[in-house]
Amino acid sequence: MPDDHEINYNSYKELPPSPIATGSSLVFKTGGWRTMRPIIDLEKCKKCGICWKYCPDVSIIIVEDLPKVDLDYCKGCGICANECPFDAIVMVEEESI
Amino acid sequence: MKLTIPEQELMEKGHMACLGCGGSLAMRYLLKALGKDTMMAIPACCWAVIPGVFPYSCLEIPLQYVAFEATGAAISGMEAALKAKGKKDGVTVVGWAGDGGTVDIGIQALSGAVERGHDVKYVCYDNEAYMNTGIQRSSATPKGAWTTTTPVGNTRFWKQTNKKNIVEIMAAHDIPYACTASVAYPEDLIKKAKKMKDIKGPCYMHIYAPCPTGWKYPPEKTIELSRLATESCIFPLYEVTYGKYKINKDIKDEKKKPIIDYLRSQGRFRKLDEETIRSLQKHVDDEWIKLKKKVECFGEE
Amino acid sequence: MKKVLSGNSAAAYGSMLVRAEVISAYPITPQTKIVEKIADLIANGEFKTEFVKVESEHSAMAAAVSASLVGARTFTATSAQGLLLMHEILHWASASRTPIVMVNINRGLAPPWSVWADQTDSIAQRDTGWMQFYCESCQEVLDTMIQLYKVAEDKDVLLPAMLSEDAFLLSHTSEIVDIPDQEKVDDFLGTFDPEYKLDVNRPMSFGSLSMPHQYYYEFRYKIAEAMENAKNKIIEVERDFEKVFGRSYGGFLDLYRCDGADIVLVAAGSMSSTIRIAVDEMRDKGHKVGLARLRVFRPFPVEEFKKLAKDVKIIGVLDRSFCFGYEGAFFTEIKSALYNMDDRPLVKGYVVGIGGRDVTLDVIFEIIDDCMKTTDTKEESFKWIGLKG
Repeated sequence: MPDDHEINYNSYKELPPSPIATGSSLVFKTGGWRTMRPIIDLEKCKKCGICWKYCPDVSIIIVEDLPKVDLDYCKGCGICANECPFDAIVMVEEESI
Repeated sequence: MKLTIPEQELMEKGHMACLGCGGSLAMRYLLKALGKDTMMAIPACCWAVIPGVFPYSCLEIPLQYVAFEATGAAISGMEAALKAKGKKDGVTVVGWAGDGGTVDIGIQALSGAVERGHDVKYVCYDNEAYMNTGIQRSSATPKGAWTTTTPVGNTRFWKQTNKKNIVEIMAAHDIPYACTASVAYPEDLIKKAKKMKDIKGPCYMHIYAPCPTGWKYPPEKTIELSRLATESCIFPLYEVTYGKYKINKDIKDEKKKPIIDYLRSQGRFRKLDEETIRSLQKHVDDEWIKLKKKVECFGEE
Repeated sequence: MKKVLSGNSAAAYGSMLVRAEVISAYPITPQTKIVEKIADLIANGEFKTEFVKVESEHSAMAAAVSASLVGARTFTATSAQGLLLMHEILHWASASRTPIVMVNINRGLAPPWSVWADQTDSIAQRDTGWMQFYCESCQEVLDTMIQLYKVAEDKDVLLPAMLSEDAFLLSHTSEIVDIPDQEKVDDFLGTFDPEYKLDVNRPMSFGSLSMPHQYYYEFRYKIAEAMENAKNKIIEVERDFEKVFGRSYGGFLDLYRCDGADIVLVAAGSMSSTIRIAVDEMRDKGHKVGLARLRVFRPFPVEEFKKLAKDVKIIGVLDRSFCFGYEGAFFTEIKSALYNMDDRPLVKGYVVGIGGRDVTLDVIFEIIDDCMKTTDTKEESFKWIGLKG
């Protein structure tokens, strides 16, 4: 599994011969882009997995058989809330939280 | 939880795609289907930026960034080298390009690669314009769409010509497999990607991948809009397997939605007049009938 | 084994001797005999390789870069318009650090259509990060191909290399060529096994984006550094080659009767053979004339030219190409190399042989005569020889 450790090259001598990327994008915490936050109402959740399936940012994770938003990476697009057939997800302004 | 698509993720979090990006969903699904033994070439397109800057990448597969028009040639070279090294077995070589890199600047190399019969899979994620450079029209842009190079002004309007039908162009190359897929139907997309993986020879997949930024709609509507595109027969889901046509999501006449809902939900079509909308509806209807005729004449027995 | 081979056939046999694993090429006159010969060798079961018959030169080079990144020893060949079509990917090849070897048949660029000798095509690729070699004989073509893979694949170099032959004058001239034993070539070259390659067991992304404050600048420096490293490697490889195969070509500058010469002509490619005859005749008459055949244009042999310039009064440079708006490239660069010397010779420039115009002995004598008549050592001189005025 990739990890989110940063790679720094202090000299050109340390670089690979050409721009060959070996690190993971997990270093980029894209959650900082977010203005709207999805809030999941687990009472309403029927565990259908649709929110997980349609997340373009791989930011709905399944923890103990329930969906959870990974706020480090979720950009707040709102697809999960829009697609949830049970209205179990609402989008809330970050500033109001 | 009941999952309808594979759990494995080979596209990591932290990528640079815009909110609600259809192109990133398309990649996520494709890699779920193809697995880690996949080698990929990506030309200039949104996906040249989405994985992230050096030395990072969101894709857990070997990947080469290639010149805009070179995807077909790059995958040909990869496949030939893997064969020469005795390492081709079990490895899927994929070209992954946007619509401009496929239907415009990359069409020659693509045509050459599939004609030569390399065992390669070419996947186009279609967001219907040059989105990475800032929404310029490509030949995959539909008629009626606003882009920054088909602006709506006093004397000149939206794009005046129809979208190039690349799937039929690919099918006409007599390749083993050509198909469409949509991010709204990941199960269908994954099934087709797995089918491509199992076929030895060149295959083509064209994925409908909406772009909230370029199409001017709210990012949460990506899936809804994709579904609407298929339900109104603007983007039918079908496949051509060894010349045999099959519609994967049949739309009954009574269920077929008018395209007006689709058009009205996107800013890029905002200024269309009634007459143009009627002509676009006729074009969609004609193409749908044409496709059904092909299934009738050249369908699977 | 000795065989009568043309420059083109020598290149084809060269690709077989180095055991090129992937060849991607597109036909163009006068390179066609290379791809045809390779196709024959494959069809007859003599040569086992993956030959990708691409639909354009652009694709030929793009496929070669990807094949090389997978770790395959890769060869291609082209000429003129084809080389120009590759231009974008030539940069891609060097910046990806793929040690592809390419034979280019130097041919005039259109319009007017011309298929005859002219070096403008390769000179126009000067800044692409490719090593550039110019050959004079069919034997040299074959031997240089073997040398080039050794240089290009060295871990301190990892740069692509271009070998140029003049259209028809070399590509279609047949000579007796000694084809070295396969085992000797195998021992000399070894196999290509780069540290970084496209591999599903070690996923990496090749060619990622880099921002101005990050590493783009450093990656470009590394190409410059690799070119410098190539200088020593070229000399070292030729020395080793001579030990094993008994032939050598002078490294960067192939010096012919330059000892004690007052006037030295500099030229690249097939016309060097004509100049050798002219030099012999002049020497017979007691004139101190020599030839420095420019064999390597990139990396540019600055030190070799400085060394040559120490004892020479006049250097006459023959360019079979022209950089519009200035001069011939060899002429400009040689002057540049010598500029900071305290006591530098006069350098005179001559454009010859453009579009295959015959470079005869008379042309060479006219140039030597022009050099000999020079009295003012500060006089700048640049001429198109034989122009219909």
